[in-house]
Amino acid sequence: MTVFVDIGHRLGDFGIDARFESAGRLTALFGPSGSGKTTLINLIAGLIRPDRGRIAVDGRVLVDTDAGLFVPKHKRRIGMVFQDARLFPHMSVAANLRYGRWFTPAAERYADINAVVDLLGIGALLERRPAKLSGGEKQRVAIGRALLASPKLLLMDEPLASLDEARKAEILPYIERLRDETKIPIVYVSHSIAEVARLASDVVVLAQGKVAASGPTGAIMQRLDLLPAEERGEGGGVLDTVVLRHDEAFGMTVLGSAAGEIRVPRLVMPAGAPVRVRIRARDVMIATERPIGLSALNILPGTIVAMEPGEGAVVEVGIDCNGATVLARITGQSRQALKLRLGRKVFAVVKTVSFDSANTGVGLPIEADG
Amino acid sequence: MNWLLDLTPDEWNAVRLSIKVATVAMIVSLPPGILIALVLARGQFWGKTLLNGLVHLPLILPPVVTGYLLLLTFGRRGPAGAFLAEQFGIVFSFRWTGAALACGVMGFPLMVRAIRLSIEAVDRKMEAAAGTLGANPLWVFGTITLPLILPGLIAGAILSFAKAMGEFGATITFVSNIPNETQTLPSAIYTFTQVPGGDAGALRLTLISIVVSMAALVASEVLARHVGRRMDIE
Repeated sequence: MTVFVDIGHRLGDFGIDARFESAGRLTALFGPSGSGKTTLINLIAGLIRPDRGRIAVDGRVLVDTDAGLFVPKHKRRIGMVFQDARLFPHMSVAANLRYGRWFTPAAERYADINAVVDLLGIGALLERRPAKLSGGEKQRVAIGRALLASPKLLLMDEPLASLDEARKAEILPYIERLRDETKIPIVYVSHSIAEVARLASDVVVLAQGKVAASGPTGAIMQRLDLLPAEERGEGGGVLDTVVLRHDEAFGMTVLGSAAGEIRVPRLVMPAGAPVRVRIRARDVMIATERPIGLSALNILPGTIVAMEPGEGAVVEVGIDCNGATVLARITGQSRQALKLRLGRKVFAVVKTVSFDSANTGVGLPIEADG
Repeated sequence: MNWLLDLTPDEWNAVRLSIKVATVAMIVSLPPGILIALVLARGQFWGKTLLNGLVHLPLILPPVVTGYLLLLTFGRRGPAGAFLAEQFGIVFSFRWTGAALACGVMGFPLMVRAIRLSIEAVDRKMEAAAGTLGANPLWVFGTITLPLILPGLIAGAILSFAKAMGEFGATITFVSNIPNETQTLPSAIYTFTQVPGGDAGALRLTLISIVVSMAALVASEVLARHVGRRMDIE
């Protein structure tokens, strides 16, 4: 399943000229507001007719301006979850859920209503009206409604952006289940590094209407230069790990990764479960010798493979820990004092408590990754 | 109180005829009313201002002028009237159908205004969402737009009905004042005021007029509230 987009479109002063191709399970379109993410996803959904270009999903050409081809939105079989849910106010939750199913040819209906209701935990809401739902519930129903149209591709336009932190935490696990338990490829628009690092298998970075970079999440998240300045501290290495064991005495979970064991606050996941952690560059300290008498529990040996000056006093250092890259933000003064240079063996030090629900989530199953 | 309910057969006929004329005028003008409102709310085309002006003409012209224009076009010798009579056997002049036409035309701008406002208030994003779920434009209109504009539709229909119940000038100019055929409530009241001793009859019909109009208003309120509650639009 691949999504191919090569499009040129002008909207007043704003122009978009983007080309990307992704075969990922969940492809994130990532960029600051005004970078053209939503325009791009609206073009894929068929809500906007592009000036120029070509869009194909799984080999089926939806738009080809050269050939004069434009498949209207209701014939595309592409589900869309909007930022503002857009549930139909005059229908119950159950009627909203069944709406798209009704327009799907019987032979192509693969989504089962009971399975979707269970997956999203919305069984208790079926008889209610959309106006009586909380923001998080609305968004879950909107996801269910899109799924029940049995789409060939699911588009999600910042589905969490209008929710508070608690509601976001409520929805994120459902999106992770969606990614892992259904076969539908997802294109997910977001400006939040936390969401992208946690959910995406692939990332397309947009800036001013153009594709700045695209590739697997782990590779993109290390490129701090791609991140907006105010979010740069949120960036860092993304590690795919598995739960090795739980340390009940201290309330911790031990994760196994290429870089070595990582101790994080206790997770409610069984041993063997995949976990994706994002180690924020600002949370990482660098030691030239294995530290003794230090409270931080995670000490990962590695080699400096990159060193880039950031803005101001900051230097960004990439450390290769047995194939997994960890990023650290330190000051120029520290770099000089420690005499850091490329190829030097160092230790990346990360406190256990720097892992929280925002940077630790259900990972993609390791064998399906890459 | 007896004199109040003791209507003569002619008076009863006027009441029945008025209700029939107003109901037919309302129902027949609904489909074109929705269509014109849709075109005015959503369409972008040359001549939109002209169409808008044309629809509103009966609201600003003296009713007698509207009635006379109807007589010129839909009368026996008028171009539209002659065509309809020959091709379909539909005759308007001096028939109750003519009264319904006059009432429908007079109420049309009110109906279109109400429906147009409610169409403009519909969140088009809802329609886009329905489109991504596989509904073609016709289904989107039937399952999303139409239910969402239902309160405006009811308001427009009731306005048209109420206008038809009170229409006098255009009706009397177009189809005259024939008992049992074109004599609606206002025409009957007018006739009573022109003859000596007609005061009691005029008063009876006036009270009935008030009751029917109030009933229509209350019915529309109840309906609109019911629809609103179903949609949870607080």
